[in-house]
Amino acid sequence: MSTNTAYYIPHKATWPVIGTLGLVTMLAGFANYLNGSSIGPMFMVAGLVIFITMLVGWFTLQAKESESGMYSHEVGISYRMGMMWFIFSEIIFFAVFFGTLWYTRNLSVPWLGEGATKELLHSAYEATWPTNGPGNVGGKFEPMSAWGLPFLNTLILLSSGVTCTWAHHGLLAKNRDQLIKGLIATVSLGFLFVLFQAIEYHEAYTEMGLTLGSGVYGSTFFMLTGFHGFHVCVGAIILSVVLFRSWKGHFKPENHFAFEAAAWYWHFVDVVWLGLFVFVYLM
Amino acid sequence: MSAVIAEHDDHHADEHHDHGPAKGLLRWIITTNHKDIGTLYLLFALAMFFVGGSMAMVIRAELFEPGLQFVDPMFFNSMTTMHALVMVFGAVMPAFVGLANWQIPLMIGAKDMALPRMNNMSFWLLVAGVLLLASTLFMETGAPSAGWTFYPPLVLQPITVGTALPFAVFAVHLLGISSIMGAINIIATIFNMRAPSMKMMDMPLFVWTWLITAFLLIAVMPVFAGAVTMLLTDKFFHTSFFNAAGGGDPVLYQHIFWFFGHPEVYIMILPTFGVASTIIPVFARKPLFGYASMVWATGSIAFFSFIVWAHHMFTVGMPMAGELYFMYATMIIAVPTGVKVFNWTATMWKGAMTFETPMLFSIAFVVLFTMGGLTGLMMAIAPVDFQYHDTYFIVAHFHYTLVPASIFILMAAGYFWLPKWTGHMYNEKIGQLHFWLSAISVNILFFPQHFLGLAGMPRRIPDYAVQFADWNMISSIGGFIFGASQLLFLYIVIDTIKGGTGEKVTDEVWEDASKHSLEWTLPSPVPYHTWETPPMLVPTEHVLDSH
Ligand code: HEM
Ligand SMILES: [Cu+2]
Repeated sequence: MSTNTAYYIPHKATWPVIGTLGLVTMLAGFANYLNGSSIGPMFMVAGLVIFITMLVGWFTLQAKESESGMYSHEVGISYRMGMMWFIFSEIIFFAVFFGTLWYTRNLSVPWLGEGATKELLHSAYEATWPTNGPGNVGGKFEPMSAWGLPFLNTLILLSSGVTCTWAHHGLLAKNRDQLIKGLIATVSLGFLFVLFQAIEYHEAYTEMGLTLGSGVYGSTFFMLTGFHGFHVCVGAIILSVVLFRSWKGHFKPENHFAFEAAAWYWHFVDVVWLGLFVFVYLM
Repeated sequence: MSAVIAEHDDHHADEHHDHGPAKGLLRWIITTNHKDIGTLYLLFALAMFFVGGSMAMVIRAELFEPGLQFVDPMFFNSMTTMHALVMVFGAVMPAFVGLANWQIPLMIGAKDMALPRMNNMSFWLLVAGVLLLASTLFMETGAPSAGWTFYPPLVLQPITVGTALPFAVFAVHLLGISSIMGAINIIATIFNMRAPSMKMMDMPLFVWTWLITAFLLIAVMPVFAGAVTMLLTDKFFHTSFFNAAGGGDPVLYQHIFWFFGHPEVYIMILPTFGVASTIIPVFARKPLFGYASMVWATGSIAFFSFIVWAHHMFTVGMPMAGELYFMYATMIIAVPTGVKVFNWTATMWKGAMTFETPMLFSIAFVVLFTMGGLTGLMMAIAPVDFQYHDTYFIVAHFHYTLVPASIFILMAAGYFWLPKWTGHMYNEKIGQLHFWLSAISVNILFFPQHFLGLAGMPRRIPDYAVQFADWNMISSIGGFIFGASQLLFLYIVIDTIKGGTGEKVTDEVWEDASKHSLEWTLPSPVPYHTWETPPMLVPTEHVLDSH
């Protein structure tokens, strides 16, 4: 019966509306920009500033409340459930693009190269992967090889998963030094991954003729790796915040939801990469 | 026990000023209270119901007679598109989230939703999403007009979408985030905030159906978001996902859309089932028949809803094995659905029934929803669906499953719980009038559409051949009566909030209601804060029965 009284219910929240305002300003600006309006970018920047302000403000508030012991065990469970199902929804989001890749490679591309479609529409088209379609959309391109930077990036992300867990062990053992070192390593590896990916993209665009517009191969390649790269950025930023908080002396072995959430997110990003490495690069 | 309470009072004494709502308009903007947020959701949904309703009136006016009379065809198509989007994402879904906000904490003995700040954000993101979508109505090139399903390549043509596409896509993103946040909140609340004495199988069915719906939401909203994202990149960033010249496939979009779309229709109907299962036992004065089978039926409907999506695509050109599989899989859904209809009927069987407005709407729901289910079964048969597909028969089918089902049950919920929430009784005479006008006109409106569809009238057209004239005129007349009747509901809601009949309602409101569910043991009107200490006893009737 004490569970209800101890459960902290915040009152009068201002950050959610501010965040919504930022988000909608940003998106409306983006939509205007896509339609060719010149004021679009201004709104995008304004929205982004509001949105980032909200993130800083809201998370500072949460950290303060957490440190002053306002969150009972039950509140922690709610947060963990929230994070868990948020990650689940992200998994589904990625599944859509993996599914697209699967459908395209195994169903729709073969269909383009058989039967009446082939005979009547484009008899010269070889329906093999990788492809930019019978229309040769985007022109000649070279597919991305798995060895080289992508393989290096696999090693980087996998080791960052290890350093992240190592940091967690440090936290649990009250070894602050190990916690901070582990996090520094994880964050650095994360940003290194992003850097290598940027180099890879640069090569694709400038030397291989491979762009987002390179037919369905380019579309799936950049959509999957691009959304993943974005998630690595977000994860690395979250981990940086966790690092900052650890350095300030936050988190206890029995109370460190923010750390756990960041670590879950990081492992999720890690696993998605393995999927990408196998299905986008290797196969 | 008293010691615990005293300690609690001490602890909070200095923050007590913080516990009431903020003053004025600001209260509604920054509130984290589940009742406030529930009210916001419900009022917003009601407003959108009338916005979407006006669009339907435009559609029915144009179709009153053959020929083009009032609007140009492009605008007509914008109306069908926007009507569907506004009703689905602006009215029906938010209305059920509003009910969830109000009722779930009350029914499970929780003092609020588990994540109150996120709860506030879900609501405002909904408003932002709908505004973004509605803004396209005021653009030079108009709102999207390729149908609510956004099929490429049609939706990528400049003429059907103009400048609206990015706005519609981002609206879907915002609505998706809003729904996912709402769903996560509901899951966390149900798992984590339940009164300790309430086991899962003690939960009222409304709570059960919402729990399952929440999982559906989390599992399919990202799918829709992914689909429209690819539309956006195909349009603006040169990708070829749905472009055969680049090796893509427009049919892929349909698969992805319906992988979201079919569960989506269950997102709108499962909470409907939950409310019906809550109301019918109260007025039949019997426990719900087959509680456990209701839970299992809900779960299996949700499960099957993921593996039947291509019944929307029988005519698109699928391999024979696909046609057969999706045909049989779809028919299986009728089994758990039948279990539910049987259980509602059995609950009423030999009950001491009375027919107050909520019960009337619920009974009409059982009968008319079954109609929609039966036409669904007809269309599930792939070879005959070749004739029905994209005709008014489909329109009749889904309107039977949505209007006299979801919408009727939302009305029933309003009549059922408004007295509890406000402490005022609604005017029963006007309520009954509203019911009879709605129940009769909804059939005049939608029943003839079956005939039109069978005779071959296609959907989404502003003009039609003269042989369809009579039934269209009748349907339009039904539509106008139905639309006008809903103003009565608006009047009743406002009147009840302002004081209703003036009669003070009891805590139970309905005879022996407290035997069925916890909210009726609280005072009427429900105080701003409830269940600061969780209830010790779970008074649901099926539980009392089994002890
Ligand atoms: C026994 C249960 C049901 C079955 C077997 C069923 C079957 C079907 C089939 C086969 C179609 C596609 C027809 C076509 O386009 O050719 C369809 C369309 C539709 N159904 Fe159902 N249905 C059922 C229940 C429901 C429920 C409960 C709802 C909503 C609450 C619903 C909403 C819709 C909608 C909105 C469409 C049309 C979508 C569109 O094309 O715009 N159905 N149904
Ligand atoms: Cu369906």
